[in-house]
Amino acid sequence: MAFDIKNPGLATTVQDQGRVGYYNVGIPQSGSMDQYSAELGNALVGNGPGDAVLECTYLGPVLVTDADAIIAITGAPVEVKVNGEAKPQWSRLHLRAGDELSFGVIQGGTRYYIAVRGGIDVPVVLGSRSTYTLGGIGGLSGRKLEAGDVVPVGVPTGDLPAVQVMPEHFRPQYAKEQTVRIVLGLYDHRLTDTGKENLLNGEWKVTPVADRMGLRYSGPGVEWKEREQPFGAGSDPSNIVDAGYAVGSIQIPGGTQPIILHRDAVSGGGYAMVATVISADMDLVARAAPGTATRFIAVSQDEAIVARKERAELMSKAWSALEAEA
Amino acid sequence: MTTPRPVLKEARYTWGGDEFLFVEVDESMSLAANFKVMSIARKLSDAALTGVVDICPANASLLVRFNPDVLPPSSLESAVRTIELELQNHDEQSLETRIIEVPVWYDDPFTAEVAQRFREGFHQEPDGTDLDYAARVNGLQDAAEFIRRHHEQPWLVSMVGFVAGLPFLFQLVERDKQLQVPKYLSPRTDTPKLTVGHGGCFAAIYSVRGAGGYQMFGVAAAPIYDPAQSLADFKDFMVFFRPGDIVKFTPVTEDEYNAIQAQVEDGTYRYRQVPVTFDVSKALSDPQAYNRELMEALNGI
Repeated sequence: MAFDIKNPGLATTVQDQGRVGYYNVGIPQSGSMDQYSAELGNALVGNGPGDAVLECTYLGPVLVTDADAIIAITGAPVEVKVNGEAKPQWSRLHLRAGDELSFGVIQGGTRYYIAVRGGIDVPVVLGSRSTYTLGGIGGLSGRKLEAGDVVPVGVPTGDLPAVQVMPEHFRPQYAKEQTVRIVLGLYDHRLTDTGKENLLNGEWKVTPVADRMGLRYSGPGVEWKEREQPFGAGSDPSNIVDAGYAVGSIQIPGGTQPIILHRDAVSGGGYAMVATVISADMDLVARAAPGTATRFIAVSQDEAIVARKERAELMSKAWSALEAEA
Repeated sequence: MTTPRPVLKEARYTWGGDEFLFVEVDESMSLAANFKVMSIARKLSDAALTGVVDICPANASLLVRFNPDVLPPSSLESAVRTIELELQNHDEQSLETRIIEVPVWYDDPFTAEVAQRFREGFHQEPDGTDLDYAARVNGLQDAAEFIRRHHEQPWLVSMVGFVAGLPFLFQLVERDKQLQVPKYLSPRTDTPKLTVGHGGCFAAIYSVRGAGGYQMFGVAAAPIYDPAQSLADFKDFMVFFRPGDIVKFTPVTEDEYNAIQAQVEDGTYRYRQVPVTFDVSKALSDPQAYNRELMEALNGI
């Protein structure tokens, strides 16, 4: 079976849990920006966590299914319509062959997910179905969806869970303010005390320059310590000899606007990174729409690892919540 | 005879959150630093530690991604520190690699067209060309002399990344002979695919079309990234370059460029390349003589 794409939406791509092991040649991990929401979409339709979904950005697609299908829409709040009739999010939906799925205006956040029983069945490239548009690999022909595309859906392997609706308390909040936990490090010693203070005490706002590669923030700016630049580093105090970029790391070119690198990150470059968003908060950052007021708080690596475990426990409880009551 | 290798101090270890270890071998770029990075990366890869996800050697630093659920950060750090210490005692001198001839159409119309669209507010000298600017800041006579300096000595691929398959290259010459050119004042939103660019002391070949801040000097004639894996050089992997590759740029004319394009089209193009053993001590003690030896290997094929 397949979905016929009538209108592709703004930037709809096939994504899964991502492609690891090729960052050393500049191929980023890719994968769903909001891994939590994408995975729970799979949970609702009886898929495995690694099945591929459609990631919709602000404006979703209009698509028609050519066979009966079981889907769930998770992620950012949006009006879901089947043949023009409103349907709930975070719930299992049954489509009949010929049904049209479309979306209203997004009510917050940035991205929502279409999970379908059987998963999106595009070829696996370097271990993943995720689309990396810059490199032209994965997904459907290595690009975002276009009108007229036929998106293949795979054969279901698992059983449907007993519960059809994800309980409210497992759904993420989409707030206009965020507190993002970071671990200072990498080149934070290159910031002045004032620079560090600005990063941690200032209020930062997500700018419209935000996509799968990274999010740019405006705010008070930071200060770099003056120094004679090392050979090969470039002339600005925010420059370093080109190095590998941690995913989630924060760089501040010229000291003005911090950039958080996200799942389609460039793998390296010549700007000093001063901190890294903890892995547990990467989904949170993915949900930040332009204008989101953001505070960065410093935590230790140990605290980051505790938060990572808590996230994994929450995810596993959400999967369990869909099983029938004993 | 060989002069002693410059002594590098102990690397700086720092963390990128809960999934990345960053090992800064040196703040400055040098062949010695890059060679140490590559040696650590190779030994770490050989150690095949469970929980290591990505090992990314860069110019003068190393980024390691790991899964802290499987491999505690402290265990990873001590494993890398042990490797670093071993290398101090049993210094590696050589690297099994290859030398590759990369044909370049210098001063080409593709990069010239894009450069014209990004002058005022982007470039240091909006009225001139990138090549003229590069020649001037290096105290060279003209663009022709800059081009000659660019291709007469070989380069080492010191890092692959930024985007898929993009090589950073470091010329195998003494520090005072390195070509250094500042990046654009503000990055362009467009760079032709296969642009041979330059920023700081590094050359780069843009594997895909896209944003970029490096000065543009020419265009490589054959692909370096081939997701369809249609050419023989890409049979095993879609990315051509690996850290440690040695590159000899060779200038080609428009006609030669077009002939290579035709071979790429019909799927017959092969890079001229040959395996070599790269000896870092020789490269540091007498680069010119050693480079001649390296480049001679290409004559045999």
